[in-house]
Amino acid sequence: MDPELILRGVFFRYEQQWCLRGIDFELRKGEILGLIGPNGSGKSTLLRIIDGVLKIPKGEILLRNKPLSTYKRGDIARQIAMVPQESTFRFPFSVFEVVLMGRFPHLGLFPFEGKEDVKIAQQSMLLTHTLDLAKRSINELSGGEKQRVLIARALTQRAHIILLDEPTSFLDIRHKVEIFDLISSLTLTQGLSVIIVSHDISLAAQYCHRMLLLDKGGVYKIGEPAEVITADTISTVYECPVLVDKNPISNTPRLTILSRKGEGRVTS
Amino acid sequence: MRGSEDQGITLIKVIVTGLILLGILIIIILISLSLGPAKVSLRDILAWSVGHGALDQQAWMIIYKIRLPRILLAGLVGFSLSLGGVVFQALLRNPLAEPFILGISSGAAVGAIIGIVFGFGFHLGVPLLSFTGALFTVLLVIGISSRQGGLESATLLLTGVIVNAFFTAVIMFFIATTSDSRLHSMLFWLYGDLSQSKYIQLSVSLPLILIVSGIIYFFSRHLNLIVGGEDTALQMGVEVELVKWVSFLGISLITGVVISFSGIIGFVGLIVPHLIRMLLGPDHRLLIPASAIGGACFLIAADTLARTIISPSELPVGVVTAFLGAPFFIYLLKQRGSQWTQS
Repeated sequence: MDPELILRGVFFRYEQQWCLRGIDFELRKGEILGLIGPNGSGKSTLLRIIDGVLKIPKGEILLRNKPLSTYKRGDIARQIAMVPQESTFRFPFSVFEVVLMGRFPHLGLFPFEGKEDVKIAQQSMLLTHTLDLAKRSINELSGGEKQRVLIARALTQRAHIILLDEPTSFLDIRHKVEIFDLISSLTLTQGLSVIIVSHDISLAAQYCHRMLLLDKGGVYKIGEPAEVITADTISTVYECPVLVDKNPISNTPRLTILSRKGEGRVTS
Repeated sequence: MRGSEDQGITLIKVIVTGLILLGILIIIILISLSLGPAKVSLRDILAWSVGHGALDQQAWMIIYKIRLPRILLAGLVGFSLSLGGVVFQALLRNPLAEPFILGISSGAAVGAIIGIVFGFGFHLGVPLLSFTGALFTVLLVIGISSRQGGLESATLLLTGVIVNAFFTAVIMFFIATTSDSRLHSMLFWLYGDLSQSKYIQLSVSLPLILIVSGIIYFFSRHLNLIVGGEDTALQMGVEVELVKWVSFLGISLITGVVISFSGIIGFVGLIVPHLIRMLLGPDHRLLIPASAIGGACFLIAADTLARTIISPSELPVGVVTAFLGAPFFIYLLKQRGSQWTQS
């Protein structure tokens, strides 16, 4: 099957310095691709390039075998949805209103959603377990609830590729697992393909089909979690001593960050 | 399913709300027409306005020549300032933004005063300069406060304060150094003065205001998304930069023009959109028309109060709006300030 997305030799720079240099990879249908790498390695930039907000000066991106640059903005939004790391609404939009905004790329000049749009929004809320929150103000929600609402909005967009930028960063462990479970079940049931940026490497390794380790704007390694997450690659790229063993239950790589002193508890 | 009864904003909802508010506006206009030092009964005005029965010569002069243009201009000014408030609040993602607080009103006033002092008093010279002043201030305030990337709330408001202080000084300088007698009456104008309203001002500003509001209403869905973050808006296909600049230009144009007629009237763009938001929610497809008409209602009522409360003399209408608006601003700041000032 043809990949959903192909990147070939993608370069990008904000100013002088190239922050992405020669990125090659593809996103397969139905897969969860974990995007990891140190701060400043270009993860968020890469997402913004894939969703077409930033234009690349060099390289090629194919969305379903057609160059991304030949799509109109709205066409991209109907195929690729972004779940931002955080979204602050300054005004008390209800959860339902926020989810319904996902219909934006589907509406024509008539600026009001119809029954069909409302139904799609409600389905998305059902899938993300946010129906109970419908009337609440988006600003009153907890971090985990808010992420689920933003995922519901992405589903309402009816895109087949969803990009998530560190959706679990501000969540406690229970809510981190909830989000990963949700994404995993959505890819299975809705046939989505997902790219997820995460710093929760061990957790992501349990859910991702493949992982991509970015280093200074280049692909350091891409492959199955066990190939990418090794003590060698991680400690080299993150410049931090780590121990990688196997999660005895899932058999996926498990990362333990070591104190730089290497000697257990640091005592004075 | 909870929420299934919620269908979001529909065209019907917008039209019904709009008609209700227009009804309220008409009632306020009729009441305001009847109030003033010379008593004209509401019944006579009603009869006259639907074409039954005539007013006597003196009443007709008062109603048609004095009160009506003033009321209609107050309506247009309130409409524009309130619309300006809604749009600035959305684009700057800041609930405290408003033409007066951001210094745009005083920028427009400087433009108007320069026009008068240097003799551009012809037809459209003063409104045009006033617009230039407003646009210049918008660019200045945003330019100063967006230096570190995003627009931070506290910086934005502080910049507004400074710009306001500076422009007020410029205005006072012109007033103090000129012997032009017209400028002395401008002291009153500094706090908003609608007593000089003329029909010609209506015919200049009405088409502009209608065009600009139409364009802005077209962007109402885009504004909803921008409130949720520019990146998301961009991703969904909103031309954020285009929406921003067209809106800033349009709002500068209409606030500039109305301020050249009315002087500086503060807080309308703060009070009205907030009350409407509390009543009808933050969706701009409803918020924009409701706030604009609500702004017209509010300023007509405020101006009627200003011209009747200490009758036979008058207050500048800006005094009334400030008496209401400043405590309201403090209330908003206290109530929700902590959640708003974090970026």
